[in-house]
Amino acid sequence: MFATVLSVPVWPLPLYRRQQRAAGRNKHGVAGRALTNEDLCELMEAIAARKDRQAFSQLFAFFAPRVKGFGIRRGVDPAAAEEIAQEALLTVWRKAETFDPEKASVSTWVFTIVRNKHIDMFRRHAYPEVDIDELAETADDAQPADHALASAQEGSAVREAMRCLPAEQLLIIQKAFYEDKSHRAIADELALPLGTVKSRIRLALARMRSALPEAVHDHD
Amino acid sequence: MITTNPSITPAPVSHHPSPETLLAYAAGALSEGVALAIACHASICRDCRRELGRLDAVGGEIMTDVSPAAIGSDALDRVLARLDEPAPAAPVAPPLDRETRSLVPRPLQRYLGGSLRALPWHHVGRMFEEVRLPLSGTRVKATLMRIKPGQIMPRHSHGGLEYTLVLAGGYQDNGVAFGRGDFSELDSNDEHQPVADPDGECLCLVVLDAPVRLSGFVGRLINPFLRV
Repeated sequence: MFATVLSVPVWPLPLYRRQQRAAGRNKHGVAGRALTNEDLCELMEAIAARKDRQAFSQLFAFFAPRVKGFGIRRGVDPAAAEEIAQEALLTVWRKAETFDPEKASVSTWVFTIVRNKHIDMFRRHAYPEVDIDELAETADDAQPADHALASAQEGSAVREAMRCLPAEQLLIIQKAFYEDKSHRAIADELALPLGTVKSRIRLALARMRSALPEAVHDHD
Repeated sequence: MITTNPSITPAPVSHHPSPETLLAYAAGALSEGVALAIACHASICRDCRRELGRLDAVGGEIMTDVSPAAIGSDALDRVLARLDEPAPAAPVAPPLDRETRSLVPRPLQRYLGGSLRALPWHHVGRMFEEVRLPLSGTRVKATLMRIKPGQIMPRHSHGGLEYTLVLAGGYQDNGVAFGRGDFSELDSNDEHQPVADPDGECLCLVVLDAPVRLSGFVGRLINPFLRV
């Protein structure tokens, strides 16, 4: 009786998590379970500071299958999706020093690289990115700095905020990212009036805004 | 010449891109020209920068949440073998004077061949001057426009969408005031006639994703697609 019960793992959850984490880190080829943003930040730091190939291999094991899966979900053939994954991770390595954990989560940052690789491969044009003058920024001290953005981008908070969206709003947001479709194309596909699609986007963004208030913590 | 230094005294931005355009930017669905206008606006506007930050985070979440696809067994080795390759050189922006750096958002600086006063401004009648920006592709047209103080622009509408970002000075359009950082997004149903403010030149980034329809006889003159 007792033996049966005891054969079920009954470790305290934190220990179990630690072991799971250790297992995930030792296997390169496995997409594995989700690493936390904290884990991913540590890997980024090792790459930026020491050009740590071991850390890069772990980051690759986590992201490459997801980036490829995302490409396939967007209708890219598997070979091209894998090429995008390789190119994106190579860019992660090259640009590692520019990653600022206070401004974005690692997944968010990698997503922007992947987005640009998709555009570069299929539409062959540049995609201008937001770029602010840090000096001008500090002169503007009336508002809190962007540092708190990362806290609003923690995967779990974003996931939770998305889970709370009404299904009809989430569907449109997902379609936009999966199919890189404009709201016009989405309206056509779903046979919805343009105004309905616009108002669902507007409502979804307002909900995300209130669910992810940036000023959770402030570094100033 | 334009004398204000907006980086020191930022004015509040009151007109923003639509939520659907911000979403399209984050999803990677915009053309280069429209993405440029959005990137420039968000480089000036903190609220939209944050909105895009949230949308990028949603993109990151959607990307990491898909079913992972098996990667070729040699994929990691192939990337590891390339880590020491030199990175492609980033394009070098020309040196820009102080006025240009203070007025032109960084994403746009890379499209300029030099400082504002040194650009090959092309006079269009006596109303305004413009410089066409180099974009890949020809369907979308992006120009930097410099409008004389108090100039009344010809009434026009658009076959497609017109995106305008004010970089200096301002204008009134149908009784609504637009100033530095303000963004206007007009579609084919909107006929309008902007009037530049009388107190200085108005500098705008204008992106058109289809030909302008001209309502008046001056129309042909300002139609950028007919003049190419």
